[in-house]
Amino acid sequence: MDAILFLIFAGIAVICGLNLVLQKHPISSALSLVGVMGSLAVLYLLLGGEFISMAQLIVYAGAIMVLFIFVIMLLNAGTERPSRRRLWAQYAGVPLLAAMLAIAFYIIQRALPPSPGVHFGAFQHGNPFDIGIKLFENYVLPFEVTSLLILIAIIGAIVLARKEIN
Amino acid sequence: MNFLILSLIKAAIVAFVLMTTLAYLQWIERKVIAHIQLRVGPRRVGPHGLLQPLADVIKLLTKEDLLPSHVNKVFYFLAPFIAVFFALIAISVIPFGTEINIGSFHTEMQLTDLNIGVLFILGLSGMGVYGVALAGWASNNKYALLGGLRSSAQMISYELPMAMAIAAPLLMLNTLSFRQLVDAQGGYSFGFIPHWTIFQGPFPQIISFLLFLVAAFAETNRVPFDLPEAENELVAGFHTEYSSMKFASFFMAEYANMVTVSCVATLLFLGGWQPLWPAQYGSNFVPTAVFIAGGLLCLYHGMNPARPFDRITLPIAGIVFIAVGAAFLAPIIGPILLPLFWFASKAGVILFLYIWVRGTLPRFRYDQLMRFAWTFMFPVAVANLFLTGLLVALT
Repeated sequence: MDAILFLIFAGIAVICGLNLVLQKHPISSALSLVGVMGSLAVLYLLLGGEFISMAQLIVYAGAIMVLFIFVIMLLNAGTERPSRRRLWAQYAGVPLLAAMLAIAFYIIQRALPPSPGVHFGAFQHGNPFDIGIKLFENYVLPFEVTSLLILIAIIGAIVLARKEIN
Repeated sequence: MNFLILSLIKAAIVAFVLMTTLAYLQWIERKVIAHIQLRVGPRRVGPHGLLQPLADVIKLLTKEDLLPSHVNKVFYFLAPFIAVFFALIAISVIPFGTEINIGSFHTEMQLTDLNIGVLFILGLSGMGVYGVALAGWASNNKYALLGGLRSSAQMISYELPMAMAIAAPLLMLNTLSFRQLVDAQGGYSFGFIPHWTIFQGPFPQIISFLLFLVAAFAETNRVPFDLPEAENELVAGFHTEYSSMKFASFFMAEYANMVTVSCVATLLFLGGWQPLWPAQYGSNFVPTAVFIAGGLLCLYHGMNPARPFDRITLPIAGIVFIAVGAAFLAPIIGPILLPLFWFASKAGVILFLYIWVRGTLPRFRYDQLMRFAWTFMFPVAVANLFLTGLLVALT
């Protein structure tokens, strides 16, 4: 059952990811990204990361992507025009991309230690309670530093976006 | 019993009850608003217009489904589906009552008890925005686009105070599963004040309850925050270009969202199916008394009919009411119906509040709506969350 669900949602994630690149219209691309985020949330859930899964759904699929779509709708962005490509770029693009992916895959596999493989449902500490304990006991300093960084970023955005007052 | 068959039966029952509730909620809304405005409301189809929802469904199903030119076809068809899907699926984590125990058979009155139920509801409410925003954009109509834009901005803004209002009672109850939330609200202080979060110490959650209600009105696009479908400015807002069943899907999604939000408010703040006062003071006899009183009232009016057909319909209704009242005292059905009664009556009160507000309040202006969210509700929600956290930590 877990394996079937994994295959279905991994497939959706890959198709949506491809669609994101292939679609011409920004709204279609943004919605494909929502599909990727949503299926990732289901994959996290299958692996036992309950809190992460819901956070993914609320924060990424829910809030951030709605903002993306809101901005695209507000600017009324039109269909993307294909740029005039060189002939060699059209034909060499796909093989070069495949070669790069293969090299990246090989390097990552060499660099990582051999893993025992993933078992669905083996991870038991993904509930909000355990994550809260970990965040506020073991990792409280990185957590607070990250929130400070986000605060700085917010203030920076406000400073950049406000009107100039003469 | 087999888990799959049991789940299918439960899902079928919940779906049937939910659909009926949605249809009749609209009838109740029309009736209540009619009486607020000194009209009588629907009364042509069936006694007191009781078959009006059925007639509406048939009308919507058989109407011509217009497809405007220049719409983006994929998203135009996708949008109502998204809206209704995320609105209906939320009911799957809502518990309606305690467990059912008949002999060796045992099940919970809930489709599934997630240990992250509250987060699940929040996530779904965030996804529901896409239906409205896409409908507005795909319709290729300036009014629909404005409606979709307004709705997405409004839902993003009000999601924040809503999430914070939900977080405060969670600090006190210490769980995210709806069933455990209600169990944690059982019991009474001083023997008669229920342990619901709006009454419970260390910090009664009345402020969060009000914040949640206001934010919920905005999240479900209801009056006074129904800017996305403001008739006098935007024709019908985001669903201007939709007809027939696609329009009905948006309608259904709106009412399903109302039901979900009322259920969540009941579970988080009003103690779910916990009765208003302890059983030793006779709270178990409240539903019987209410239904038998209603039945006797019907019988009395059936004796002195104001209209000719009341002579037949009212005594029948009265007998049904008295039978339902008696069922609450029956040995096996009674303990099942009792929590359902308390849950449904609390959720019903909130649903009535929705209709009442629609009948009385005018619509906000858009800048007022945004200023209210960011300069009033958000700071109050933060302060409330901070105070609750402080008091919970101190006690």
